[in-house]
Amino acid sequence: MGAKTPAATAGDIAAGRLEADEYAANFSDSHPPLTLQQSLVESDRCYFCYDAPCIQACPTGIDIPSFIHKVATGNVKGAAHDILKQNIMGAVCARVCPTEVLCEGACVRNSQEHKPVAIGALQRYATDALFASGEQLFKAGLSTGKRVAVVGGGPAGLSCAHRLAMLGHAVTVFEARPKLGGLNEYGVAAYKVTNDIAQREVDYLLAVGNIQVQGGKALGRDISLAQLRKDFHAVFVGAGLGAVNSLGVDEGGLSGVHDAVKYIETLRQTKDLSRLPVGRRVVVIGGGMTAIDIACQTKRLGAEDVTMIYRRGPEQMGASEKEQDWAQVNGVRIKHWTRPVGLLSSNGQVTGVELEYTKLDDSGRLAGTGERYTVAADMVFKAIGQVLVKDPFDENGRLLLDMRDGRIAIDDERRTSVPGVWAGGDCVAGGQDLTVAAVEDGKLAALSIDKSFKSAAKR
Amino acid sequence: MADLSSTFLGIRSPNPFWLASAPPTDKAYNVNRAFEVGWGGVVWKTLGEDPPIVNVSGPRYGVLHNTARQLIGFNNIELITDRPLGVNLEEIRQVKRDWPDRAVVVSLMVPCEEHAWKTILPMVEDTGADGVELNFGCPHGMSERGMGSAVGQVPEYVQMVARWCKEFSKLPVIVKLTPNVTNILGPARAAKQGGADAVSLINTISAIMHVDLDLMTPSPHVDGHGAHGGYCGPAVKPVALRMVGEIARDPDCAGLPISAIGGITTWRDAAEFMALGATNVQVCTAAMTFGFKIVEDMIDGLSNWMDEKGYAHASQFIGKAVPKFVNWEYLNLKYAVKARIDQSLCIQCGRCYIACEDTSHQAIFKEKNGQRHFEVNDKECVGCNLCVAVCPVENCITLEELPSGSIDPRTGERVGGYANWTTHPNNPAAKPQEESATSQ
Repeated sequence: MGAKTPAATAGDIAAGRLEADEYAANFSDSHPPLTLQQSLVESDRCYFCYDAPCIQACPTGIDIPSFIHKVATGNVKGAAHDILKQNIMGAVCARVCPTEVLCEGACVRNSQEHKPVAIGALQRYATDALFASGEQLFKAGLSTGKRVAVVGGGPAGLSCAHRLAMLGHAVTVFEARPKLGGLNEYGVAAYKVTNDIAQREVDYLLAVGNIQVQGGKALGRDISLAQLRKDFHAVFVGAGLGAVNSLGVDEGGLSGVHDAVKYIETLRQTKDLSRLPVGRRVVVIGGGMTAIDIACQTKRLGAEDVTMIYRRGPEQMGASEKEQDWAQVNGVRIKHWTRPVGLLSSNGQVTGVELEYTKLDDSGRLAGTGERYTVAADMVFKAIGQVLVKDPFDENGRLLLDMRDGRIAIDDERRTSVPGVWAGGDCVAGGQDLTVAAVEDGKLAALSIDKSFKSAAKR
Repeated sequence: MADLSSTFLGIRSPNPFWLASAPPTDKAYNVNRAFEVGWGGVVWKTLGEDPPIVNVSGPRYGVLHNTARQLIGFNNIELITDRPLGVNLEEIRQVKRDWPDRAVVVSLMVPCEEHAWKTILPMVEDTGADGVELNFGCPHGMSERGMGSAVGQVPEYVQMVARWCKEFSKLPVIVKLTPNVTNILGPARAAKQGGADAVSLINTISAIMHVDLDLMTPSPHVDGHGAHGGYCGPAVKPVALRMVGEIARDPDCAGLPISAIGGITTWRDAAEFMALGATNVQVCTAAMTFGFKIVEDMIDGLSNWMDEKGYAHASQFIGKAVPKFVNWEYLNLKYAVKARIDQSLCIQCGRCYIACEDTSHQAIFKEKNGQRHFEVNDKECVGCNLCVAVCPVENCITLEELPSGSIDPRTGERVGGYANWTTHPNNPAAKPQEESATSQ
């Protein structure tokens, strides 16, 4: 990961900082798959708990002890079925889930030896084996004659589409971008989802049949909620989040200041990473998973110094402890209790970030201490959360769907305030902003949609 | 430091750990390596008549792994030595000369005919070997030819051959018993009546390890077919312990020394067999799994344990557990235990609960005040030990004895005193109290 750039000058942003093999190594699988032998040893560690805490901790409710037992007995297909019937995106979730705060965090092995069963790795083992076999475990249900529009081909939308197809409903997925997969394809650090797993998973999912995809269709531009409600028996909105929060300082249109999600999107779609320019000195503002992903990936692209700026302490960071450790293993410096108060620039190019130390005041609110310092930067990334773009839901200044905390309000079944419209994934309020949670939203919405069709038929 | 030196039938060895007659003792090269590491003795791999037998060139060994690929059971279809008798005898002579302080016993298997034994015994005696072990146990390959377990399964043959051996040789005679019998006491008593000086057991158990579900053949196979073999290793230890104990407590076998064999892998295994009546132990699978070095832990493990327990010599604990090995009818029915779950160790896996709930006595509560919590219900607990068996945490669940005089909440009966099945009112064959007491 060594940088070989000569002395720093302002705006030192360059491509090709590394040798070709270094790119390959830096963006290969960060956590290689288990071997057969490792899978047997690891699956043997599962205690097959009664009413297992890991199942409770999985947003999609995968029967984890059951699938692990099946890995141990060599019934890998049965294991994959256990996983995918609950979570059709179990292959990517095995790689991107913060398992340390979900299933593995709940593993009873933690209480004695602080080393949970490697559930994520075992889940990957089982789903990899299934994909390698090419066998399709699911099939579309007998046609019910019902048509459902799914807006957004990310984890929520695809999960919803797959479940609806299995229940016999005809699904049309509308996706604004060229590829399906949402953040699995356009977000998430590249080294977590190598070997085109996001697309392979999409292909597996679509192979169930009865799902039509309309690419290049954006809500509010090419399609409207009102029209979809007319054309389909039900609509599911899984549109994700479109905009990035602003820093709250004057960004002044400076060159070198980027949205982390946009840069990651570009990185994920760049075949030859040696052509992707990266700053010599990088500052990342934010403390979530996206902040970690951008920090580590710029470091792995050859940035010499990468500093993460977070206004509170490690406990408050959105990124898990394991993710924070991973950043530090990658040589990322994390500055806690510090916030940006201004950007430094020269000739329209950012040159650094002015920062202020923070603390909690007597009432427990975050406050600046007044003490300031600067960190030099050729590139500054904003990774301080995303917001829902509400325009598509706006009809003559009136929002079509009720909102809560800036996102779409839903009930337990993922129903919005409008009859016939369901929603899930990052665009809804109260979620965890996780792939696995989006998958569960889509699944629950599909079940609710199906239920609504059946109860309507009875009437 | 405890004295580990061992004397078995007058044969001295620096420790009670011998290598059993098996591939590790087939030739001088291996035996020398074993002695260099510290093994106390060997039983040389079984000699037979010339011309030597032939072994298959396909797989000889099959294995039972646990999921962590640790070997827990082992199976072989190897026969007795496939080297000429003269070569073996010459090597035995040299090894004994080179290692005078180690035990060198020779395993023998020749046809069940008097002249065959009369011929081979003097040849063995001439090597300077310390004794002979009669292989009446091998369950595969040789048994079909009327040798090995085919002899061991017929007490009359055992007695007859033992007598010949005592007649034609002054060497100590050990009869190696096969476990492939319904009652081990039959051949054991026959060996004693035939004049044998000791028995060793168990030889291997007839077994098929696996079936290859693709080839539909026993596995491992030799060119598409599989024969049964002899099963051994850690998994057979309980079977061996029972048989050793059975002989050790049998009045008819009283005074008959036992060399224990069967899955012995650690010093602890060895100590258990000795406590149940064995004077020394023989090992094969553990050495074949880990190499000869494994004896180092057996030696200092046993020594350290003896020091800790205050045993200066093994004779102080050999057979000490034998009087405690009784038949079921003498177990105290007035004794009662209850499972206790140590909440500070419990990891909340719930295995005790589901095992008890599904398959036993519904004696474990799964929650307390709406929280996940596992606790024993004394009103239902029969003290069966299942929860202890399935609990993954050492010492988390234990069995606690109910105090004498207390009432067992399950039965409502008073605990304490002694009463067994022989006097129980439900026993149609119950004996009067006094008689059963004296038979104790």
